[in-house]
Amino acid sequence: MIELVDIHKSFGKQHVLDGVNLTVEQGKTTVIIGRSGGGKSVVLKHMIGLLKPDSGKVLVEGTDIARMGDRELNEVRKKFGMLFQEAALFDSMNVAENVAFPLREHTRKKDREIMEIVRENLHSVGLPDVESKMPSELSGGMRKRVGLARALAMRPRIILFDEPTTGLDPVMTEAINELIIRTQKDFNLTCVVISHDIQSIFTVGHRIAMLYDGKIIEYGTPDEIRASRNPVLVQFLSGNLEGPISVL
Amino acid sequence: MNRIAQVIDQFGRSVLRGVEEMGSMLLLLISAIGWMVRPPLKLRLIFKQMEFVGVKSIFVVLLTGTFTGMVMALQGYYGFRMFSAESLVGSTVALGMTRELGPVLTSLMVTARAGSAMAAELGTMRVTEQIDALYVMAANPVKHLIVPRIVATVLMLPLLTVVSDFMGIIGGYFVGVPLLGINEGAFVKNITKYVDLSDIYNGLTKAAVFGLILALVGCYKGFNTKGGAEGVGRATTEAVVLASISILISDYFLTAIMF
Ligand SMILES: Nc1ncnc2c1ncn2[C@@H]1O[C@H](COP(=O)(O)OP(=O)(O)OP(=O)(O)O)[C@@H](O)[C@H]1O
Ligand SMILES: [Mg+2]
Repeated sequence: MIELVDIHKSFGKQHVLDGVNLTVEQGKTTVIIGRSGGGKSVVLKHMIGLLKPDSGKVLVEGTDIARMGDRELNEVRKKFGMLFQEAALFDSMNVAENVAFPLREHTRKKDREIMEIVRENLHSVGLPDVESKMPSELSGGMRKRVGLARALAMRPRIILFDEPTTGLDPVMTEAINELIIRTQKDFNLTCVVISHDIQSIFTVGHRIAMLYDGKIIEYGTPDEIRASRNPVLVQFLSGNLEGPISVL
Repeated sequence: MNRIAQVIDQFGRSVLRGVEEMGSMLLLLISAIGWMVRPPLKLRLIFKQMEFVGVKSIFVVLLTGTFTGMVMALQGYYGFRMFSAESLVGSTVALGMTRELGPVLTSLMVTARAGSAMAAELGTMRVTEQIDALYVMAANPVKHLIVPRIVATVLMLPLLTVVSDFMGIIGGYFVGVPLLGINEGAFVKNITKYVDLSDIYNGLTKAAVFGLILALVGCYKGFNTKGGAEGVGRATTEAVVLASISILISDYFLTAIMF
């Protein structure tokens, strides 16, 4: 379980998070939606200690990671997997080495065994023949899926996905959503998914949270969110230009 | 009045920034040393860096060493000829190379070649979140990225300096003996007479220190890059300038202590 308690975060003069309160339930998928540039990625990075809040608490299974030292934080991070928005593959390594990296780092598995897991994971994201390619030789969507395979390789208990399906074609989007749903269920994972894809948030998410103006303004089950009358949420989901969210 | 206050303010700020930067670099070094003594050492990564820093720099170092020795012999010849002391050209070249020019020029060449590359590579990894990815996978970037670069550079620079020293003396010999007609026996005898083993050792120690400086500065600048491609460019430039200046300044103090 991850709990964000009254998180404030500014970059220079820009207040990005202005009192975020959010509970990510154990064994459920929580989807975060919100405007582009609204701070969703910043929220996600707080959950794994990549960013420290100016004030507030980040409780991971009850302990505050915002005030932890590097050594302790490392132990906590071993429970996590994360897919970055831009995949963040190591460009000095080929695809197979990228996916193998966490396994080589944290397990004593034999090389053959590791390569077996790598192949399996790449297969599950629909990339069977790219093992020896370098990240620079892949398309954006392929890179993202390699990042996904890398995040899944260790079978972590908590996985953070920053826009796992952005930039994929509709069929692949559906396949990746299926993959997330299936892995979540099979291993009873705690997942946090950032998504702009309104259709898939309702299929993937058990809980949906809307970040707006530096706060979580709505939180609930897909049904509750669909039924919400909050004008910001209604406008956001319908993609209407008229409403409280001013675009231009 | 206002103008003066402004200037003082500016000056104070840059001094503070400099001191702060030196402090952070020292902290980075301490943390790197901490990871160095904690097994497992990433040997594969160290070898890869040794190849990049060392093996791939041999050609430039060879070239700069040779021509430096050649030009020193040429310049020395015209000076010493006035006192009919041409036979000292060899020892001058040898002393100059082993004590100063070998280590300094080698380090400056490696700074330009590898120090810049370290800043650019780490900088790119920073702005594309690859460093964050290391953190997320509970893999410490200091251990994975910085320790191998520092270890490799500190090990390789003395070796490259040996190459440079040697080629410089050979270059000096070829200009001095066949070209300018200095007596071969005297040329060689004076080298062995005036060059101590300690000159060579001290020069190589300098090279190791310079290696530490250039790798540390390159890694520090790259590691702390901000702001996209432009930031990577800035980090690279700053790394080369700062490392070169630091090498030359520390050279003075090392020389004052050693010789
Ligand atoms: N490291 C940083 N330094 C300075 N500003 C930052 C940093 N990270 C994020 N920001 C700022 O915080 C704001 C929120 O960024 P964030 O990446 O969280 O948006 P987002 O909601 O993920 O958007 P998108 O949907 O487009 O990915 C942006 O305005 C961005 O400029
Ligand atoms: Mg984002």
